[in-house]
Amino acid sequence: MQLWLIPILPLAGFLINGIFGRRFSKSLVNTVAIGSVVLSFLWVLKTIFAMGDLNTSIEEHYFTWIQSGTIDIGCDFLVDRLTIVMLLVVTGIGSLIHVYSIGYMSHEGGYYRFFAYMNLFMFFMLVLVLGANFLLLFVGWEGVGLCSYLLIGFYFDKKFATDAGNKAFIVNRIGDFGFSLAMFYIFKNFGSLDFDKVFHQAASAPEWVLTTIGLLLMVGACGKSAQIPLYVWLPDAMAGPTPVSALIHAATMVTAGVYMTARSWVIFTHAPGAMDVIAIVGILTAFLAATIGLAQNDIKKVFAYSTVSQLGYMFVGIGSGAFSAGIYHLVTHAFFKALLFLGAGSVIHALSGEQDLRNMGGLRKKIPITFWTMVCAWVAISGVPPFSGFFSKDAILLAAYQHSPAIYWIGVVTAGMTAFYVSRAMFMTFFGSYRGTAHAHESPAVMWVPLAVLAALSLVGGWLFPIPAFLKAMFPAIEKAGNPMLMYISVLAGFAGIGLAYLMYLRKPGMADSLAQTFKAPYQLIYNKYFVDEIYSATVVRPLIGGSRMVLWKGVDAGLIDGIVNGVGARCRDVGSVLRLLQSGNIRSYATWVLFGSVALLVAMGLLGGLPR
Amino acid sequence: MMNAVPISWFLTLSAILFALGVAGFLFRRNIITVFMSIELMLNAVNLSFVTFSYQHKEVSGHLFTFFVMVVAAAEAAVGLAIILTVFKGRSTLNIDDVNSMKH
Amino acid sequence: MDVILFLIFAVVAVVCAINVVVQTHPISSALSLVGVMGSLAVLYLLLGAEFIAAAQVIVYAGAIMVLFVFVIMLLNAGAETKKGRSYLIPGAPLLIVFLGLMAYYVQRYLFPESAVVRFGGFTGGGPKDIGNALFTTYLLPFEVTSILILVAIIGAVVLARKEIE
Repeated sequence: MQLWLIPILPLAGFLINGIFGRRFSKSLVNTVAIGSVVLSFLWVLKTIFAMGDLNTSIEEHYFTWIQSGTIDIGCDFLVDRLTIVMLLVVTGIGSLIHVYSIGYMSHEGGYYRFFAYMNLFMFFMLVLVLGANFLLLFVGWEGVGLCSYLLIGFYFDKKFATDAGNKAFIVNRIGDFGFSLAMFYIFKNFGSLDFDKVFHQAASAPEWVLTTIGLLLMVGACGKSAQIPLYVWLPDAMAGPTPVSALIHAATMVTAGVYMTARSWVIFTHAPGAMDVIAIVGILTAFLAATIGLAQNDIKKVFAYSTVSQLGYMFVGIGSGAFSAGIYHLVTHAFFKALLFLGAGSVIHALSGEQDLRNMGGLRKKIPITFWTMVCAWVAISGVPPFSGFFSKDAILLAAYQHSPAIYWIGVVTAGMTAFYVSRAMFMTFFGSYRGTAHAHESPAVMWVPLAVLAALSLVGGWLFPIPAFLKAMFPAIEKAGNPMLMYISVLAGFAGIGLAYLMYLRKPGMADSLAQTFKAPYQLIYNKYFVDEIYSATVVRPLIGGSRMVLWKGVDAGLIDGIVNGVGARCRDVGSVLRLLQSGNIRSYATWVLFGSVALLVAMGLLGGLPR
Repeated sequence: MMNAVPISWFLTLSAILFALGVAGFLFRRNIITVFMSIELMLNAVNLSFVTFSYQHKEVSGHLFTFFVMVVAAAEAAVGLAIILTVFKGRSTLNIDDVNSMKH
Repeated sequence: MDVILFLIFAVVAVVCAINVVVQTHPISSALSLVGVMGSLAVLYLLLGAEFIAAAQVIVYAGAIMVLFVFVIMLLNAGAETKKGRSYLIPGAPLLIVFLGLMAYYVQRYLFPESAVVRFGGFTGGGPKDIGNALFTTYLLPFEVTSILILVAIIGAVVLARKEIE
């Protein structure tokens, strides 16, 4: 089946553009970068058609990667229905975003570098999805983290961008540490890292072992998929170019945690404790991130917190046992969130870099194509039936109600808030009167065509791709709640959110400000993102830096290690300054020493009995 | 027994000659004399090689002596050329004046 | 007879060697060294080393010592000047200890009284035996020696030639 072609094509694109891109023309860079990703997408399609009914998974072994003692890890790729969903999302949306980037990046420096990194990201993401053991998944996992770092810090001459890149990288290390521990623990208990071997044995393993593994995997997923308490890097990651935000920080990489937990569903279904933790972390993240999103003024920040919130939804789905619902939301979210980001990018592009909602308004007439495509995303994320977000969000909330009604109700409130903040962003951007100064112009076709495709997917993707039915065979069945009231309530919450935003930002424009005045303390709290960054800074970052400086640097390094090294050096110099007196340059003095040495040797031979007999 | 010489006598003679060579190396200041002292030491060692060869009824000791002679010849050629060069540069044969390789 | 021969030439060798060390003029030292080498050649004959004895006279006493004498003449070396520190203080006691220990070990441990040398006691040192060993067992060292001599010749020429200005 030649699965290796799927990731290798973008890697080739990366190598060609990375090595020779500097001398290439822009069109040649485009051809290599987009060609490799589109070919990869086509190869995915060919693979799927060649697989027939898709009920049997295929696994290909390429070579033994690590063999040491009982460790035997191969470079194996696995394709089953879950992988197919992820492959289509990654390569399909990846291709669209690559095309869009031609227009968005046309005025930026480092053109070839951008596309080389994007291709490298595609390679690692595909390795992550295709890998048939935890270690190969981890290779992709770390690789996409690296590319995320490189692309967040793409504008490396700006300090906030490099800081954001560092933050993303360092926060992800915490999660990756948990993931590594999980892998060690898996290996210790099951003697292998291959998915089929591990999952085959998992059902008979003791529950506390599975709970430990599940929680450690959860830590890894929290880092990569921006869940409490490790979500802080994702909003800052918006410092990268907007296509990066769309591809890496909305559609694909951040969903890797969801994919990984769904892939390990056997472990989680036998560890209900870990499942509960996932559901609670997910719903808390969804709720808190949504509240923060209510008060942000940077258009990309709004969508960033929205992403965190929606990822929380996916974890609620996973944690409720509805793995297919989580993946369903992953797919629809990839459609409409990528569209929201690309649309925001189009707005930013149109306004020559303006990102503040307060300086926008009335753009509906000036950039109509962007407006209409974003409307599609708006209705999709708000859960308006029958668009894509409605289906997946509904599936998750119904599963959550089976699990715990409390989670369902918080989810409904969050759905209302989601509708509210997206509507707010839409109204502030496209309605009312224009408050900025830049001259707005519609984006070129190369940018709005991908927008249009994504808009269509956002509208019809929900019933066009019935993921839960597609994945039914993979995951354990869940009970369906038969109560149609639950569905009506969540839809109503969406409409309430939209209506409230309409009231506050269109009908009575002063109302939002006066509300903010009335509820000053809560408003300040969410406006400042619950001061989480400040709290982390005070409790973790500063003590760490201070401790490193005072104890590790001044104490251990400068005092102890330098002291030892310098001391050894100084003693050597002292001894040398005595010994150098021997080096008189006088040959007869040397000869005397040689003679002395011979006599000493003879004496030693006599004394120590080195003589015969 | 007057007709036979103990082997240890030969070796003692070798030691005496070697010690005299060392003495010449240590106490003389003329480079050429020092060099000749080295030849004296080599000869002393040659004597012990030949003596051992007699003791073991083996020809190898002679071969070693032969090679020492070859090396001594080569060494004399190069060494005396060095002495010539040193003398050309410094106009002295006193070994204590040639001590620039210190520290 | 052997003992008398040995004693005569041993005494000659030692006296000449002492003369090498005590003479201040290098030409006297060089001539004394020839004496040492000549008497050593006789002792080699006593030990049955006919080829080595001949080589000793030809190569050592003949070639190498002539080279020394040439250099002494070339440099017009005079008696040495006494200056700088003397190494008698550490050197002489060390030498006496060295010699004493060597002689003691040789007499006490290395060879018992019974091991003796008689003229004709070993006849394997003729040119034929040497040649056999040289071109069979020691062929490689022998060939390497030729390269060593070549290097020495080139080195001597390079060192001693006149600087081209």
